[in-house]
Amino acid sequence: MRTLARALLVGAVLLSHAVVAAAADTVTITLPPDHGALPPGPGMEVTQKACQTCHSTDYIAMQPRGGEAQWRAVVTKMIKVFGAPIPDDDARAIVEYLAREYGPSR
Amino acid sequence: MSHQLSRRRFVLGLGAAGAGHLLSRAVAEAAAPDPLLAGRPLVRYPQKTDLILLTSRPPQLETPMTYFDRAITPNEAFFVRYHLFPIPTRVSLDEWRLRVGGHVDRALELSMEDLKTKFRPVALTAVCQCSGNSRGRFSPRVLGGQWGDGAMGNAEWVGARLRDVLEAAGVRQGAVDVTFNGLDAPALPSVPDFVKSLPVARVMDWPDVLIAYRMNGQPLPMLNGFPARLVVPGWYATYWVKNLSDITVTDQPFEKFWMKPAYRIPDNPCGCVEPGTTPARTVPISRMTTRSFIASPASGSRVGAGAPTTLKGIAFDGEYGIRAVEISDDGGRTWRATDLGADLGRYSFREWSARWTPRQRGPHTIMVRAFNSIGESQGLEPLWNPAGYLRNVVEHIDLEVG
Repeated sequence: MRTLARALLVGAVLLSHAVVAAAADTVTITLPPDHGALPPGPGMEVTQKACQTCHSTDYIAMQPRGGEAQWRAVVTKMIKVFGAPIPDDDARAIVEYLAREYGPSR
Repeated sequence: MSHQLSRRRFVLGLGAAGAGHLLSRAVAEAAAPDPLLAGRPLVRYPQKTDLILLTSRPPQLETPMTYFDRAITPNEAFFVRYHLFPIPTRVSLDEWRLRVGGHVDRALELSMEDLKTKFRPVALTAVCQCSGNSRGRFSPRVLGGQWGDGAMGNAEWVGARLRDVLEAAGVRQGAVDVTFNGLDAPALPSVPDFVKSLPVARVMDWPDVLIAYRMNGQPLPMLNGFPARLVVPGWYATYWVKNLSDITVTDQPFEKFWMKPAYRIPDNPCGCVEPGTTPARTVPISRMTTRSFIASPASGSRVGAGAPTTLKGIAFDGEYGIRAVEISDDGGRTWRATDLGADLGRYSFREWSARWTPRQRGPHTIMVRAFNSIGESQGLEPLWNPAGYLRNVVEHIDLEVG
């Protein structure tokens, strides 16, 4: 009986170590959802769709405010450098939206 | 998030009931937020504590200044910065391998067990600082991650020497660069993968570059590079590739997007240009400039008149080690020495502390500057470059005495 109990105990210890080792060898995390939302207005939906393909919209909100030239340069970089699949009409609407909502005057 | 905020209020409430001086200090800190960080929420990501949210996807999380009153930054408080999304959220060491290939005699596929047992483990304490740390303070402002000052941290890293691993693979004649890739991946095929490179001649002559698998005595948090990351001590964090999976030796100069045009500085001794102008020539960013910070008391705090206050913080540089840290309470006209903490090596944060007794009531500004062992220091006027890198102006805190 005592031998059986010891065997069970040893088995339990081995098992618990195996579980710990397995847990340490595989790490899994769950990321929280995107934070923040774009302000409503004409062009918001197309902006959201295009930008969120690669990044959360807090990337936009943190930038220095700027006029149309700044935001056109940003959108052009996303298209030319990163290959964002944004048609010309959408790009124009996005620049207008960003220059209005994140423009220098606000 | 909301429950975390309410927990913070609860802690403040305890201070009110329990100890008046605790409350006054907490309120002082809360009442004088850094304008750059105002409105940015504290968030808790997996394996991390409350950090300041810069962006959520890819995640960029900033360490609050309160952690920089000590030399070692806790893993859970260490800043996070990814360039691409998706990032790895599950890594099994049964499957993970570090592939070493390219212009070598023998391509290797190393398991974590291989990395730990076939190469001598080396311990090194080193600062990891984002190239764009403090970018949000540039004037005129520049586009990019609008970091405050918390995109930095200091840890003891344990790992295999990159040089030993490359020697095991046998670098062939004619090798030029070594590239490093991690498990993060572009959202679109057109987005350049985040791959960085170092000159092969430099790394074969530099035993301190590590493939680190331990951070402050623990496995790396996933968001800091589990199961292994490159440690390039003294150089900006852009080279410290996380969740490392591939090391490739090239026989041609490696000049893909994240080496060129990204992460470049003006090709001159200050790495700077006239504000608002474009540099004629650029080079890849490399060694960190000298910096120092006052972490305690927090800027905006109220301290008693006539009583000594203990000032604490850290200083660091790129490779030579900190020789002296000085403070000034008269706008930089006169400076006095501070006491340096333990020397954890030339790549580490160096703690400093000083007792300061205000002579009169009212607002006071305390400045701090550091000197490294070859005499490099910090300027009273900030330098400027279009990418917002290398910031190392003299820092200060504002205190209200009375």
